[in-house]
Amino acid sequence: MGLESHLGDNILTTTLTTMVNWARKSSLWPMPFGLACCAIEMMSVVAPRYDLARFGAEVFRFSPRQSDLMIVAGTLTYKMSSVARRIYDQMPEPKWVIAMGACAISGGVYNTYSVVQGLDQVVPVDVYLPGCPPRPEALIHAIMEIQKKIEKESL
Amino acid sequence: MNKMDNEAIATLVKTRFPEAITGSGIFRNELTLIVKKDCVVDVARFLKENKELDFNFLSDLCGVDRVGTDGIFEVVYHLYSIYKRHRVRLKAPIVSNDPRISTVTGIWITADWHERETYDMFGITFDGHPDLRKILTPDDFEGHPLRKDYPLDGRQPATLRDTYRKGEA
Repeated sequence: MGLESHLGDNILTTTLTTMVNWARKSSLWPMPFGLACCAIEMMSVVAPRYDLARFGAEVFRFSPRQSDLMIVAGTLTYKMSSVARRIYDQMPEPKWVIAMGACAISGGVYNTYSVVQGLDQVVPVDVYLPGCPPRPEALIHAIMEIQKKIEKESL
Repeated sequence: MNKMDNEAIATLVKTRFPEAITGSGIFRNELTLIVKKDCVVDVARFLKENKELDFNFLSDLCGVDRVGTDGIFEVVYHLYSIYKRHRVRLKAPIVSNDPRISTVTGIWITADWHERETYDMFGITFDGHPDLRKILTPDDFEGHPLRKDYPLDGRQPATLRDTYRKGEA
């Protein structure tokens, strides 16, 4: 409805890559890996006020097998890091990772024996999102950066 | 259900254990008793079973590293009486070269995990504990991180890193 009236009886051409990437970026299924206060901001992003559904990524899955975007939100300790790695390994390809907050990026203020000094020591990270914690708008921005990245990928 | 004031508690315990209590003090209306470590179980049992004191709740048990200043570790017990609504704090100094003390799990079962944590963080051994295993640090973690001589950034990632890389081969 509607689209046809603008386009008329026409054929649209595109590349398979563009089509697939468009589909992938428009339907991200995040796996919430909430570890600390950043997780609260992450939850508000999927709630009505910030409405992540506008970006097609509102369906959080608590099973890694149904997700393609891992959002690690909070302080990653060594004891938890092997779990993070296993969750990442269980996600099907293609998959992307956001390191949310100062702790996930670098350990944050926790320069201590128990805290991993950056999620990228454990899994590959696509977008680093600074803040302590980042505002919900910032997480939306990080997801948009993931979408930009997906657009540029080749099959 | 009469709450006892701090002086009354101190007098009662000191009269019963003149040898075991080596000091006491009141700071901001909180009573602290210093207990010889060999007597801590006897004193604890008295505090719980005496009908006037009735300290039925061990609200906290932890360690303190005072090796750098005084050459000792301390085990600190915070007791509360739910019925009488009064509190007391016990401190038991331990020599730093052989940090061990008797368990109080036989008196308050809740001491079980508290003593495991104190063991994990300070390396203080609780003799007679039913299951003295590490409780917080990873299984392959060596050392006791809340000791002052443990480096703040003493991370032990070597074995874990091998675990991560396995999936990437």
